[in-house]
Amino acid sequence: MKKLILHIILIFIAVITLIPFIWMISASFMFDGHASVFPPRFIPDQFTLIQYERLLERLSIARNFLNSLILSILVTFISLTFNSMAGYAFAKYKFKGKDKLFNLLISSMVIPAQVTMLPLFLMLKWMGFINTYMAIIIPGLANIFGIFLIRQYCISIPDSLIEAARIDGASDFLIYKKIILPLLTPVLATLAIFTFLGTWNDFLWPLIVMTDDSMYTLPVALANLMLEHTKDPELMMAGSVVTILPVIIVFLALQKYYMKGIMMGSVKE
Amino acid sequence: MAEVILKKVSKIYDDGTKAVDNVNIEIKDKEFVVLVGPSGCGKTTTLRMIAGLEEISEGEILIDGKIINSLPPKDRDIAMVFQNYALYPHMTVYENIAFGLKLRKLPKEEIERRVNDAARILGLENYLNRKPKALSGGQRQRVAVGRAIVRNPKVFLFDEPLSNLDAKLRVQMRTEISKLHKDLGATMVYVTHDQVEAMTMGDKIVVMKDGTVQQIDTPLNLYNKPVNKFVASFIGSPPMNFIKGKLIAEQGELYFESYQKRLKFIVPNKFNNFLISESNQDIWLGIRPENIQLNQQSDEDEIISIKTVPDLIEPLGNQTLVYFTFENQNVVADLDGFVKVQKDKTEEFKINISKLHFFSLNSELRIV
Repeated sequence: MKKLILHIILIFIAVITLIPFIWMISASFMFDGHASVFPPRFIPDQFTLIQYERLLERLSIARNFLNSLILSILVTFISLTFNSMAGYAFAKYKFKGKDKLFNLLISSMVIPAQVTMLPLFLMLKWMGFINTYMAIIIPGLANIFGIFLIRQYCISIPDSLIEAARIDGASDFLIYKKIILPLLTPVLATLAIFTFLGTWNDFLWPLIVMTDDSMYTLPVALANLMLEHTKDPELMMAGSVVTILPVIIVFLALQKYYMKGIMMGSVKE
Repeated sequence: MAEVILKKVSKIYDDGTKAVDNVNIEIKDKEFVVLVGPSGCGKTTTLRMIAGLEEISEGEILIDGKIINSLPPKDRDIAMVFQNYALYPHMTVYENIAFGLKLRKLPKEEIERRVNDAARILGLENYLNRKPKALSGGQRQRVAVGRAIVRNPKVFLFDEPLSNLDAKLRVQMRTEISKLHKDLGATMVYVTHDQVEAMTMGDKIVVMKDGTVQQIDTPLNLYNKPVNKFVASFIGSPPMNFIKGKLIAEQGELYFESYQKRLKFIVPNKFNNFLISESNQDIWLGIRPENIQLNQQSDEDEIISIKTVPDLIEPLGNQTLVYFTFENQNVVADLDGFVKVQKDKTEEFKINISKLHFFSLNSELRIV
């Protein structure tokens, strides 16, 4: 009985959360003006793809979509590579000044991103990367939170696994590739979701460093759309669907790796 | 041929602590050597230095006559079995065993043959496609052993491989590893804190304490001729009993008298030559628990009796352990078979004084 009540409450909350999404999706399939009625419609009276066609025609939305996709994938892959290497090194290697360096990294997390934006912009300008992909990739090469997260997870991997691999004849890089990376899958998946979402949804930084329409990422392009077409909610909803869809796909694809107990059975504590 | 020689090997950590201090061990080809000692005695560190997982601070280690101090583990031609198995959790049993061979770029058929051979020897044939988490503790340990034997190394290193198994499985795996040693004819170095494992498995045992080697000898010699009080108390279960006393030369006879004078007897003649120089000196008397019985008669050996009150009785079926306090020392008697003894009731125990050990009180070295 208790369980039933709990389920009803949870379903209720879930439906309330989902309503705007459902409305967004259905409105994106409506003709102009059909979405602005009361009470709101959740199923289009006349189904149409015209908003998506307009989106493709009137804006360089395909190009913006591609920008976002390429940048998000690149930043995710590159930063996962560097973060996992650094996190692994901080967790398992002995080198001089390791703790000090790590503390320095952690303490720099308190600096808000907005503070670093101007110097970062000037640096990138000096390097000549403004209005290029590099302006977004370079600041995203590695991030401290990611290093921290991977280090914490890496610490739980027993040293004996690494030693066994070393005796088996694996080089440092092979140990990282064949032993550490597979064991990091859950935390890498988690971090991949964070990084992809962060890069995909980022609005302010692309707005600052990209100057051409053709270099805009989706959120920036969508914001422009809103300015121009405030009276076209159906078109805006189509733009929102295109923006959100990849994020949902990434999340659904990776969620099964989310912190799975992959370490079980390796060693006996 | 695979000899392992440790010459004046020491391990000194950055903070100055000496984990291993001037250790000399010679391990012959095909020998099964057990390093044994209480935790923190440096036995695991010594093994890890042979493996190359720990840097050697001083001295040198030779495998097959070649100094290997600066060689990385993979070039030392050794294999190691870890206490916690250290199986790669994301690989199947087959992949776990084959990993080292793949890295050495062996042909695929050769890898398959070797893995299957190892699996057959260890009874893992039906589990090759499973992941470690789907195996029991004993099976996981076998996979770890399998990973070592497929490599066909010069030297096998075992780091307390059985301490995570339950008692019954431990006994079974003990005999399996001994059998494996016989079948493979390989040099093996085995670390344990369990003296029973050491006694049953080793051709030669190295007893360590506080980073130093106390004694290197065969199991039987360690038991019968321990060099000092530590080895005497460490080897043997239940451990040897010790009673503090003095040797007194009186009227041409040599007496042993305990501190509280509850025990005084004429030292058997066979010890006289060794002990005469220690007369009027303080001394530890060592008695193995099995040399204290309720009834014993012997034509050759001299027997004395003491009266005491048992504190605790542990009937184990084939033996009965009786604990009592004598001269402020805890003493245990290992009686043969199932014996009915009552707690808190005075009993007369017979001690075989022809099988005693004597240790100097100061240096704790064995006199005889």
